[in-house]
Amino acid sequence: MMRTIASFAAGSLFGTGLLVSQMTNPSKVLAFLDIFGNWDPSLAFVMGGALLVTLIGYKIVLRRKQPVFAEKFRLPMRSDVDRRLIGGTALFGIGWGLAGLCPGPAIASVSFGGVPVILFTTAMVGAMFLTRRILMGSYA
Amino acid sequence: MIGLAAVLLMATLGRIAGISGIVGGLTTADGNAERGWRLAFLLGLIGTPAVIGLFMPALMHSDFTVSLPLVILAGVVVGIGTTLGNGCTSGHGVCGTARLSMRSLLATMTFMSTGVATTFLVRHILGGAP
Repeated sequence: MMRTIASFAAGSLFGTGLLVSQMTNPSKVLAFLDIFGNWDPSLAFVMGGALLVTLIGYKIVLRRKQPVFAEKFRLPMRSDVDRRLIGGTALFGIGWGLAGLCPGPAIASVSFGGVPVILFTTAMVGAMFLTRRILMGSYA
Repeated sequence: MIGLAAVLLMATLGRIAGISGIVGGLTTADGNAERGWRLAFLLGLIGTPAVIGLFMPALMHSDFTVSLPLVILAGVVVGIGTTLGNGCTSGHGVCGTARLSMRSLLATMTFMSTGVATTFLVRHILGGAP
């Protein structure tokens, strides 16, 4: 129960942050990515701020032996850089620069973004599930 | 607030607040406990902005500058890319970079570069939107 509440609170806080900073607005995101045009750098401060808070917060939290409601911290252990990482994130950036939405803001705006956001999110989640299935198949 | 959310999830559940990972893991999560926290997070992510919007409708902007088929195509590309690359803006850009992970630092530089390049191409070469 406490796990559910904590997770819901984290999701709520995350969604509120995206909404207040207007990361949920594709035209705002594209104005941030358009550094050669009429550049709007405000989202750099949003992302930089989030990064700074997380950097300091993680330093404090990860000093503990374990999380409050779980047995251990589940941190990604991989440190190798492969073609899949670079190719995948390159592809992600292309989609992000095309529409102006990344996964968090897309999901946070499904309630008010109308048909385009619903279609984007459905296509995105469908592609995630399908890609996972194919990847797992090839490594099984 | 985004940073606080990431720290909160790590402090309580010991998990990275990466949206693509939280969603993608729904299919491969083993057991209800693993699925439960993911669904709870997503419920907050969807529901809380919806409630805030009732009081502050000025925040509810979602203005697209490209056509609907391109929006759908972008969704597919983002879905494939974040799954192959193991993360998105939140997982790599915020959480991974905050842990000073080399994979995440390179990933973030990569998607920022292709994001900027794509926007440049669409807006200034193909001349789509202003």
